[in-house]
Amino acid sequence: MLAYIIQRVAQSALVLLIVGLVAFSMFRFVGDPIDNMLGQERTQADIERLRTQLGLDQPFPVQYVKFLTGAVQGNFGVSYRQGRPVSDILMERAPATLELAAVSGFLAIAIGIGLGVFTAIRRDGFAANTIMSLSLIGVSLPTFLIGILLIYLFSVELGWLPSFGRGDTVRIGGWTTGFLTESGLKALILPSITLGLYQMTLIMRLVRSEMLEVLRQDYIRFARARGLRDRAVNFRHALKNTLVPVITVTGLQLGSIIAFAIITETVFQWPGVGLLFINAIQFVDIPVMAAYLMLISVMFVGINLIVDLLYFSIDPRLRADRTKAH
Amino acid sequence: MTQSVLSIRDLTVEIPTRHGILRPVDGVSYDIAPGEILGVVGESGAGKSMAGNAVIGLLSPPARIAKGEIHVNGKRIDHLKGDAMRRLRGKEIGMVFQDPLTSLNPLLRIGDQLTETILAHLDVSRSEAEKRAVAALDEVGIPGAAERITSYPHEFSGGMRQRVVIALALCAEPSLIIADEPTTALDVSVQAQIIALLKSLCKERGTAVMLITHDMGVIAEAADRVAVMYAGKLAELGSVRDVLTTPRHPYTDGLMGSTPLASRGKKRLHQIPGAMPRLDNLPDGCAFHPRCPFAQDTCRADPAPKLSDGNGAACWFPLSHAEAVA
Amino acid sequence: MTEMPLPPDAPIAVKDPSRLSLALQSDFIYTFKHSPVAIVSFVVVVLMVLAAIFAPLIAPYNPFDPASLDLMNGFSRPMEPNAFTGDTFWLGTDDQGRDVFSTILYGMRISLFVGAAAVLFAMVLGITLGLLAGYLGGWTETIIMRVADVQLTFPAILVAMLIFGVAKGITPVEYRDQMAIWVLIIAIGLSDWVQFARVVRGATLVEKNKEYVQAARLIGRTSPSIMLKHILPNVLSPVLVIATISLALAIIAEATLSFLGVGAPPTQPSLGTLIRIGQGFLFSGEWWILLFPAVTLLALALSVNLLGDWLRDALNPRLR
Repeated sequence: MLAYIIQRVAQSALVLLIVGLVAFSMFRFVGDPIDNMLGQERTQADIERLRTQLGLDQPFPVQYVKFLTGAVQGNFGVSYRQGRPVSDILMERAPATLELAAVSGFLAIAIGIGLGVFTAIRRDGFAANTIMSLSLIGVSLPTFLIGILLIYLFSVELGWLPSFGRGDTVRIGGWTTGFLTESGLKALILPSITLGLYQMTLIMRLVRSEMLEVLRQDYIRFARARGLRDRAVNFRHALKNTLVPVITVTGLQLGSIIAFAIITETVFQWPGVGLLFINAIQFVDIPVMAAYLMLISVMFVGINLIVDLLYFSIDPRLRADRTKAH
Repeated sequence: MTQSVLSIRDLTVEIPTRHGILRPVDGVSYDIAPGEILGVVGESGAGKSMAGNAVIGLLSPPARIAKGEIHVNGKRIDHLKGDAMRRLRGKEIGMVFQDPLTSLNPLLRIGDQLTETILAHLDVSRSEAEKRAVAALDEVGIPGAAERITSYPHEFSGGMRQRVVIALALCAEPSLIIADEPTTALDVSVQAQIIALLKSLCKERGTAVMLITHDMGVIAEAADRVAVMYAGKLAELGSVRDVLTTPRHPYTDGLMGSTPLASRGKKRLHQIPGAMPRLDNLPDGCAFHPRCPFAQDTCRADPAPKLSDGNGAACWFPLSHAEAVA
Repeated sequence: MTEMPLPPDAPIAVKDPSRLSLALQSDFIYTFKHSPVAIVSFVVVVLMVLAAIFAPLIAPYNPFDPASLDLMNGFSRPMEPNAFTGDTFWLGTDDQGRDVFSTILYGMRISLFVGAAAVLFAMVLGITLGLLAGYLGGWTETIIMRVADVQLTFPAILVAMLIFGVAKGITPVEYRDQMAIWVLIIAIGLSDWVQFARVVRGATLVEKNKEYVQAARLIGRTSPSIMLKHILPNVLSPVLVIATISLALAIIAEATLSFLGVGAPPTQPSLGTLIRIGQGFLFSGEWWILLFPAVTLLALALSVNLLGDWLRDALNPRLR
């Protein structure tokens, strides 16, 4: 098992190195950093000085290593557009995105698994069929349209909930939270539904199809033949087996939530890293783009790693196979 | 004669399809006495498993019991639904499935699967249930039962798993066991052990067994009486000795002829020409007549006669002993 | 089908009708005829594609011809005569007096073009790389499939955004708007090739070990083009399914990027751009500028999705 963990960590590190190379190449070759940082009035001496200062006169591998060591220490350079260190801007913005993603992720998983199980157990019922048909619309409905629809209903027509921003936030150390004020919580409702809905639909459809597959298995028939209660059969026996494959996809979905936050944050003008990223693309602010790419890859790779390790705690066969057979 | 554990009268199972109603089980009647092993044989699709599923109330829709009665210990059960039927499963009727690899839940310890079954039916404390679980494992011949109780199914060999399955089927002390091809998926070397185990456990406890199999060898070894099924109907019913040595239905005769039995010496194996008809395409008259070497006009025109009370062959022209040898 | 006059002894005359009738009797056509959802979504898709192709002929106005625009017509409500000019517009007009119906037709044209071109690009790229990976094996395969794995870790839309951002950085400022559509196609296409590559690689691996390939090798013909001829028929149905579902995803991706302002420029507005523009009028009550493009996009994406869903079930009953 230890060997497997080491192998997985090594793989993750390799992915991060590749992504780092992509980010660095962007940083280095897309547009000229010197052009971007110096104004129109520059002398050759200025250019040379900055070139040496940024280390652009050194060989490519050396620059790459420097970039990586900088990135590991949280140093991603200076935003072309705002003229401030990228890491400062990211730190400022991260809480907004993480809080939004956490609430949406929780909604997506809780409701997604619940509805998936329901539609699988009542597979031919009216309610289950209705939910399934609606879910197909949910998959076809682009996230931004959901957001606009919700804004129209709850902000424009009903006036119940705010249509943009985070509301009032409370500062705790370096973290700003919207969880502690009424306006902050209200502001979270629409964006988190918007962000979570698509993932919820996917998780629901996946749980349903996996669960239907599991319910066909012999051990479920055998559990029924032993006279176990429906609840025990469905939840103790079927659900646990359903969750094994569901966990991978759900893990990936959680990663996507952070990426899809870009869209939701744009619709709701939510001051998170996603909105920062989209503005960076519009203004070709390469250091911010590169930093965002690195940040999100670390999250993705981290989530994937956790998902893989979660397998071990759920499926005893893996534990055994890895230690004995390999 | 003591009251029979299982009594089936005129049992008919129907499956409505687009092309009409299929009858995988058609007017079947038999009894099983306490401690008796009734072997049910036939080709795949003959309806033997379907009859077992009907008894334990696990027909998968749209299959349903259309006619007939099922009594267990004198109590009529074919009309029971939901929780009432569930209480019977495991408690009065146990079931053993074909493939021990797939009939145990891979994610639950076998001890947990045993105790949950015991707790579902018997009014005992958890610690008492655990004690009984160990005893049940011990009884089916699993060495070191007290330690093995925390093992997962994948940690057992195929034969051992089938012992666990038998322990599970017997742990709430049912008076009837339906064993559906319990040895088919096992290595030849362990088949005999499992049959012997099943036989001795049931004789000891006076448990009645419906032993469903296509293997005449298993029948010869284990069963007291045998029911031969063909295309949903009972073809012949009688004591093992009678049916095996002097089969009266031409189909049984053919089956015997196509089974390699040591006692028959080196006589050439006989084949029944053709294949069992599909249920949606049954011939008129006796379903066996197209393959029957003795078929006459009556057989082509009229359905085979019903078995006269509990014994004999459903045939217009049952074989006399002299013909059967030929 | 219309009867085609053929020379009496044309060999095709014997062969083709039988093939056609075989095709018409197949399960595929049968399930299509018996699936109302498939028929309706197919009709909707065909109508929308036709409307997009013939937009210049159908559209009552050319929304991008400044000469035909009258600012006085701005904010006309749907089906109501304009207060100043008395002109009536089916679906109303936007702030600049552009007919919403016409902009939707033109927008659909761009959405469909970008979507289809991106899928085509992804398909060609995916099939080529999949074939190379499966056929050559070794390092080529490792590198291609590794890149595919890494890319799959990230959501396609994020990959597309990054590619778009980078491409934008590379293109000189004065060409950015002109190039935007092509950059968009490449960005979405590049984000979507992996599935095609996987299917084709799998089929190639199977086909590679068959005897005719070994035989071709023995006589010195290793050209992958021979294999392509044999592999393509095998992967045709999964590729078709993936392409249809990808088309829905590509249309949504394009709309999303354009909505976010990193896609089609305002000078060439796609449905996403129109929704982005319309969102600005949500609070002031001009709902039609937003609603109609949004409904069009939804109808398009939903029917392509439903068609893809049906196609998957029809071509592979086991997946159901």
